[in-house]
Amino acid sequence: MSAPAGLPPRPAGAVAAYPGGPGGSREAAAPQGAAPRCQNGPVQSQMQFPSGYGSHPPNYSAPSGHYSQVPSKAVSSHLDNQYRASYQSPYYSAPAQNVMTPPVGTNVLNTRESQQFYNSSTPPHTVGLTEGPAQGAIPSGSYVYTSAQQSYSAFGDHYNTSVSSSVASQGFPLNSDHYAMPVVSSAMYPNVSYPPAATSSMYGQAFTSQSLPAAGQFKETNTFSSQSTSVPHSLQQHVPVGYNSTLSTISSAQSFQDNLSKSLTGSVAKVNNQVNRGGIDSSQPVHSVSQNVQLTKPGFGAPASSALISSVRTPAPGLSSQPRSSPSITQSPDSALQEALDSSSTTSSASPVLNNYDALEGGGYPETRSVTNSPVPTPPAPQTSKTSKPFGYGYPALQPAYQNTAPPTPVQATNPSHHPGFQHYPQQYPGVNQLSSSLGGLSLQHSQQPEGLRPVNLTQDRNILPVSSVPAPVPNLNSDLRKLNCSPDSFRCTLTNIPQTQALLNKAKLPLGLLLHPFRDLTQLPVITSSTIVRCRSCRTYINPFVSFIDQRRWKCNLCYRVNDVPEEFMYNPLTRSYGEPHKRPEVQNSTVEFIASSDYMLRPPQPAVYLFVLDVSHNAVDAGYLTIVCNSLLENLDKLPGDSRTRIGFITFDSTVQFYNLQEGLSQPQMLIVSDIDDIFLPTPDGLLVNLHESKELIKDLLNALPNMFTNTRETHSALGSALQAAFKLMSPTGGRISVFQTQLPSLGAGLLHSREDPNQRSSTKVVQHLGPATDFYKKLALDCSGQQTAVDLFLLSSQYSDLASLACMSKYSAGCIYYYPSFHHSHNPAQAEKLQKDLKRYLTRKIGFEAVMRIRCTKGLSIHTFHGNFFVRSTDLLSLANVNPDAGFAVQMSIEESLTDTSLACFQTALLYTSSKGERRIRVHTLCLPVVNSLADVYAGADVQAVVCLLANMAVDRSVSSSLPDARDALVNAVVDSLSAYMSTASNLQQSMLIAPNSLKLFPLYVLALLKQKAFRTGTSTRLDDRVYAMCQIKSQPLVHLMKMIHPNLYRIDKLIDESTIHVNDRVVPQPPLQKLSAEKLTREGAFLMDCGSNFYIWIGKNCDNNFIKDVLGYPNYASIPQRMTQLPEIDALSSERTRSFISWLRDNRPLSPVLQVIKDENPAKTDFFQHLIEDRTEAAFSYYEFLLHIQQQICK
Amino acid sequence: MGGEGMGWRGCEPVLLHKIIAFDELKTDYKNPIDQCNTLNPLVLPEYLIHAFFCVMFLCAAEWLTLGLNMPLLAYHIWRYMSRPVMSGPGLYDPTTIMNADILAYCQKEGWCKLAFYLLSFFYYLYGMIYVLVSS
Repeated sequence: MSAPAGLPPRPAGAVAAYPGGPGGSREAAAPQGAAPRCQNGPVQSQMQFPSGYGSHPPNYSAPSGHYSQVPSKAVSSHLDNQYRASYQSPYYSAPAQNVMTPPVGTNVLNTRESQQFYNSSTPPHTVGLTEGPAQGAIPSGSYVYTSAQQSYSAFGDHYNTSVSSSVASQGFPLNSDHYAMPVVSSAMYPNVSYPPAATSSMYGQAFTSQSLPAAGQFKETNTFSSQSTSVPHSLQQHVPVGYNSTLSTISSAQSFQDNLSKSLTGSVAKVNNQVNRGGIDSSQPVHSVSQNVQLTKPGFGAPASSALISSVRTPAPGLSSQPRSSPSITQSPDSALQEALDSSSTTSSASPVLNNYDALEGGGYPETRSVTNSPVPTPPAPQTSKTSKPFGYGYPALQPAYQNTAPPTPVQATNPSHHPGFQHYPQQYPGVNQLSSSLGGLSLQHSQQPEGLRPVNLTQDRNILPVSSVPAPVPNLNSDLRKLNCSPDSFRCTLTNIPQTQALLNKAKLPLGLLLHPFRDLTQLPVITSSTIVRCRSCRTYINPFVSFIDQRRWKCNLCYRVNDVPEEFMYNPLTRSYGEPHKRPEVQNSTVEFIASSDYMLRPPQPAVYLFVLDVSHNAVDAGYLTIVCNSLLENLDKLPGDSRTRIGFITFDSTVQFYNLQEGLSQPQMLIVSDIDDIFLPTPDGLLVNLHESKELIKDLLNALPNMFTNTRETHSALGSALQAAFKLMSPTGGRISVFQTQLPSLGAGLLHSREDPNQRSSTKVVQHLGPATDFYKKLALDCSGQQTAVDLFLLSSQYSDLASLACMSKYSAGCIYYYPSFHHSHNPAQAEKLQKDLKRYLTRKIGFEAVMRIRCTKGLSIHTFHGNFFVRSTDLLSLANVNPDAGFAVQMSIEESLTDTSLACFQTALLYTSSKGERRIRVHTLCLPVVNSLADVYAGADVQAVVCLLANMAVDRSVSSSLPDARDALVNAVVDSLSAYMSTASNLQQSMLIAPNSLKLFPLYVLALLKQKAFRTGTSTRLDDRVYAMCQIKSQPLVHLMKMIHPNLYRIDKLIDESTIHVNDRVVPQPPLQKLSAEKLTREGAFLMDCGSNFYIWIGKNCDNNFIKDVLGYPNYASIPQRMTQLPEIDALSSERTRSFISWLRDNRPLSPVLQVIKDENPAKTDFFQHLIEDRTEAAFSYYEFLLHIQQQICK
Repeated sequence: MGGEGMGWRGCEPVLLHKIIAFDELKTDYKNPIDQCNTLNPLVLPEYLIHAFFCVMFLCAAEWLTLGLNMPLLAYHIWRYMSRPVMSGPGLYDPTTIMNADILAYCQKEGWCKLAFYLLSFFYYLYGMIYVLVSS
């Protein structure tokens, strides 16, 4: 699903729509007091069940009666299907919502409800929402419930009497008769148990037959399957291999939808008939399930749905003799599933899932760190070998330094075994007097005052920077929950202790929010292939490690506290191959998982990867010479573009006209088509402009080779960017995809033309900075249109003068694109920028990409989302529409507490990112974060995550400067520090008011805010070009936390004595670990050499009296004077110091996606100012030094 | 004054529609783009109707009534001047409307204005009847 609301129906028709997922509502939740507390689920001990939630619907007893009679039958999930059907109808009134679910029978039943709901006028756009809110479906639910029960009992009878026979009573057997062919093919059941099997697969539920296949009957099964293969085969002949599952499902669903819509007017019986008529279609859902698993061999054996298989296995776990129609193990669906799930638990580098996933997705960011050294994000608990080192899991964001056995600092030496308190020691200094306090911090876990609350006198304590990078605080949860919790790299909250009420939050004066990096490149990710994705029926939360299992059959949602049934299929654990342990499933053992979504999660067939490049070829652009770099990068990476056999690519160039390129296969050379009517742009030819990458590869290569030289003599200085974008939108709108725009100047012609708004004299004004907002809404409108058509626009701005990025950036901001800016780009005059463009492009072209994505953030009842930050379009209160999602995109969310959280001790947040992978698979990546709820102000401060707080504040400040003014935003930043510190000091009564005291958790807060104030985005008084400022703001909005922190507060290391530093070992390389230095010129000694890591740039500053050995060994020059002005690479010299330096730099580089550009700086270098402006603790003519800033804050507090 | 009282009702349906629309947004029923597209064309007519009545009051020398309406007129002018950058008429920007603050503000504004219009409607009705009876 995905298509943002409001788009016209897709070619495929609104094929199905909302996950036919569970979600109906039972009239449940009649308050019945506390439910039995579950012991097996990961509930924290203090967990209280709010009354009214933990109850079970009285009706529930009816189905459970059947449990006893038919022990292993999935009554519950059967009911699920009913609810599922009913749920979606009121909210997402897509025609035939459920069509794509394997359970055909459900549809039949469903139509009755749908019929009703179609009469009610639900707006059609909401159809697209995959993950809809679910409160309030109750009225329909009650109705459905009864019907479900009826059908169930009929079904149960049928089962007990077993086999075939009439039972036309409810219409079910009719189904099974008619679906006999496909179902048998999918089942490994002998004839005896055939009807149940048929039904079960129709319901897509796990179904355990009591009569196990006797060995002699296997043959029969095989014959059945061979018979039935004909059906899928014939259907799939036209479908490309590897993609068939989804396509065939859709096609079938489409026709099936017709059936259904026709039948809506008729009775149920009629529906049945119609369904039966479409016999082939109806066989598809079953088939489609198997396709999910078995990607390579479309027609083979028509295997059962994974659910079916797993249930077959359950009664006799050692059922290895299970008939397989294919000799190859990997082709067998159940083993594939098995493998996929098994491997999800393996933490070794040889994890098949890892490979599998990489192979599927392709083009991922190559993680060079070896897996054994890299932190494991969320390894499953059941592995006993791992339990010996539990804290490695709970703390996956650690730098490898902390994971490594070689202790780099004396402090670490005291604590080699990952003691729970270890998160504190990096903040300590190895000084003798502080060592004791750091050791004290280790045991603070149990003491009264947590380490985060230890008062730090900011004005006296100058050395507050930690030795190495600042770690994320660990939520104060019990160890079980802690190790299950989401990696702070992907998901962080500004307050790791959630305040109970909004009043308490207001008192703390800290912002509450989430920092997300949802599509991060992961080295290890459990991928779950399962026909049913277990979700809460009322709030649609995905099952996660923090739900509680009330008993074997029921789980309680941790967000809305609704009690849900555990589907039968979920009872089987493919990891342990055991039955009846739902709490050991990978979904429940990992807080970051990825589901392969079924066709319920699609609005249309998954789109192919489509890339369109829109290139500026005006005189200015040709002069800058970027075309060569772009074309060469594309040529190099053409094969690495993420995609499958359907990948399409196209090119548009523009100056004062728009040029299209016909690359249709069969042409002898690329054909340029020029459209000069830029006021009414049209596509010169209906096809051939976006071509299949593989079919037209030669033509594309020809074009890329020719492009850089085609416009060398152009005299055209105008730029009709707006028209080119309109043309690009027209070209992309049928499919969606990615538009990459390369622009080098202010658009000066046609739609969307802009005028220069920057007054160079105002660049260093301390007062109002104007024009931070867009000048026109043309680009915003275009972005919204693009977003509606699942197209993202990425902007590469390579300009030497003002280009009004504030207006241009809108095209990417609202279409979920990304923005790159290369000020004063020139291929020969500015080689650093050229190199950066080259590196960025390499990453950009080859990184993973998700198409037609939506992201929904759910949180515990009582919390609500206030504002989103990032590049996206907000489609509803908790849903972001992301035309594309890339691994480098970060998001921030401001939260507010609407109802007090008094009845819970844990607050949970879940992000679900639904996207189409470049291979055409629908996938859902789910992250869940669990945090404790506290009711005292001290605890709130103890759990503050200063980096997250600063990043969220930065996002808010950007909004403020655009909507209000820059000085306003700056004041707000300072006030944030003043307010929170004074609130803290007033709580701690025993502190002297004369000193500036901060809790240990917030001791870096003033420093970071000062850094923000000196950041390009917010600084005043220093000359800052408007575009630079706007770009910095765009980056603050869209960068994930790790990169943003480097931007705000760079890391400074001394590198001329790396040999003496402690080291860690990564990938057989020795990596020195120099301590972080303060960002102050007082640290820069003339004898030293320093490396500053600003995220996108590395600066190496060489002191005048630097040791000649260092200069010779590392830089390759005899002395200081001979170092050239422009040096961007370290030579490979066979010396220990050179080796260490290079390994250190490459280690720093490995940790980030964008490879930073290195610049060596001598004293007279023009880049010196860039370097020195990052020394934020120093005083500048326009801004405070750190100490002055502290005094300023203290003054404000005392006021 | 009498005729105006009846014509006054023009604003109310517009406003009611707005309030419902914001509620729909909040409860997730509708896409913000569509919602803004339906709401934006209604903003100017509402303001113009109000301005028209103010002019009529001015002509009729209804100083008290005019005085009551001036603050709202000023608010309307301010509100329209400070609208986000957009090419078409209207106030609401689909990209910012989902912000909790803005949505809450718009809803509150809608309710307040509805109350004002309703009260003034009855006041005008009273005025009309009073004039009819006394003449």
